[in-house]
Amino acid sequence: MSDGLHVRLEQNLPIPLETTLHCAAGEVLALVGPSGSGKSTLLRSIAGLYQAKTGRIQCGDKLWFDSAAGINVATANRRIGMVFQHFALFPHLTALENIAEAMLHHPKQERYARAKAWLQRVHLNGLEHRLPRQLSGGQQQRVAVARALAREPEVLLLDEPFSAVDRSTRESLYQELSDLRDELKMPVILVTHDIDEATLLADRMSILDEGKILQTDTPDRLLQAPNSHKVAKLMGMRNIFSGQVLSQESSHTLINWEGTALKVSTQSAFAVGSSVTWAMPTSGVLLMPTRNRNTDTLDNVIDVEINKMWALGEQYRISVMHHANGLTMNVPRHIAQRYKLAVGQRLQVRLRGETIHLMPPQQ
Amino acid sequence: MDWSALRLSLELSFWTMLVLLPIGIWLGRRLAWTQFRGKSMAEALLALPLVLPPTVLGFYLLVALGSNSPIGQAYEALFDKQLSFSFAGLLIASIVFNLPFAIQPMQRAFEAIPQEVREAARCCGMPWWRILTRIELPLAWPGILSAMVLTFAHTLGEFGVVLMVGGSIPGETRTIAIAIYDRVQAFDDSAAASMSAVLLVISLFAISLSYMATARLGRGRHNV
Repeated sequence: MSDGLHVRLEQNLPIPLETTLHCAAGEVLALVGPSGSGKSTLLRSIAGLYQAKTGRIQCGDKLWFDSAAGINVATANRRIGMVFQHFALFPHLTALENIAEAMLHHPKQERYARAKAWLQRVHLNGLEHRLPRQLSGGQQQRVAVARALAREPEVLLLDEPFSAVDRSTRESLYQELSDLRDELKMPVILVTHDIDEATLLADRMSILDEGKILQTDTPDRLLQAPNSHKVAKLMGMRNIFSGQVLSQESSHTLINWEGTALKVSTQSAFAVGSSVTWAMPTSGVLLMPTRNRNTDTLDNVIDVEINKMWALGEQYRISVMHHANGLTMNVPRHIAQRYKLAVGQRLQVRLRGETIHLMPPQQ
Repeated sequence: MDWSALRLSLELSFWTMLVLLPIGIWLGRRLAWTQFRGKSMAEALLALPLVLPPTVLGFYLLVALGSNSPIGQAYEALFDKQLSFSFAGLLIASIVFNLPFAIQPMQRAFEAIPQEVREAARCCGMPWWRILTRIELPLAWPGILSAMVLTFAHTLGEFGVVLMVGGSIPGETRTIAIAIYDRVQAFDDSAAASMSAVLLVISLFAISLSYMATARLGRGRHNV
């Protein structure tokens, strides 16, 4: 129980919370969810900026919050590093002074030398005496990260730290954070609403909705095997449908999708005849040129008609209709051009049964 | 020129300003950042001296500080002298009628400090007194300064309340504003003119100082 950060919080009002999470030292845990899902409240509770009605927060061997024992350690006495959404630098202090303020645990005469070293680590040499407003968004973000780390925190909290910078700056900051994170030995909690960002940076993700953690797993597992319709939706999956289990074969499970039988990887937890929700990533829907018959036993070939096409950089996102159901797939631009794909065209696509994941039916 | 009246006015302004500085900071912060029951009512009460006729406010203060009131009696028991028609009584009245001038600019200044910035200070491990002196006061300083100047200038020129509570006792409660009125009543226009000019210059100087300082400090302020 002493390793990493353990959080358990419960309350109904004013913001519902019912969460238990653990983040190991050196691990990056992303809290992902829509606005109002409680992810920021959860982060603020860890920081001691918000007090939940009941619960317990322990970091390493230090107890920060225990409603039953009446313990609530003040924010200033919790060793946390926090990077805020809008950085929250002290506007009247220079970059160097901003960092030095987080070093009150060091003797006064050492603070500036140490702060300078932090600025070097985030590649801001020479900008020591600039005020925050004289720095670009990306530079401000780095000062904020340096200030958070200068506290030598026992847990690092990142509250949507990339949402206030432009896309190209964000890309380079991702790189820097993933370089830096190999050196970070403390638990890191990243709050974001961006699935791609979480997938890129986190070891594990917790999907939050209405104050509850719906599922915690690695980004890959969450994308492949969401445990509910809601998680699949929050993970940004587009192909989510209803069906019934027709049979459990030795090599696969057979489901009925509104009159079409689909072979999917064996998922024996679902009884024959039961209703299910099934989902698959866009990458599981493939073009099926008629001359290229694949013998893979879990391929499901279906007839579709192209309904809509959107150009997204190097890819086309294509919506196809199978009876009354719309499927979404991504096709590389050059492939779409080679096969002269166009709206209204009828073709066959292949649904890879290995990527089809069954879940309890939506309530 | 009534020098003792000028000195009394400056003293009254100075002490009013000094007493209202911590009160204004404390109340300004509370009103800016905390929600509590009856907050609107408290704000309305504090703003009342802005709209109440000075004679009405003066009358109630006179009743509250008079020899028959608990405050007046307690003061007399402690210091063996009357509170109304004394400098101490005048100071209390002056503090009360200057509350909105001191608190409102400070409240606005504290409100302008983003919540994230204050929280970041706590996350940095700064104790409350360091957050106050290193973050909050430097950021709210233009507002605090203008509150102080407004209080000072307003006390210097206040007439109605001062006359009601203090009367016009030379050296004790006769401020320069009252001395000017006395001189006009006595057809001593030249004395009234010179004292008015002094009051004008001091007020102009104070208000210019406030504007200049606010503009200069404002340039160094936030952009978060």
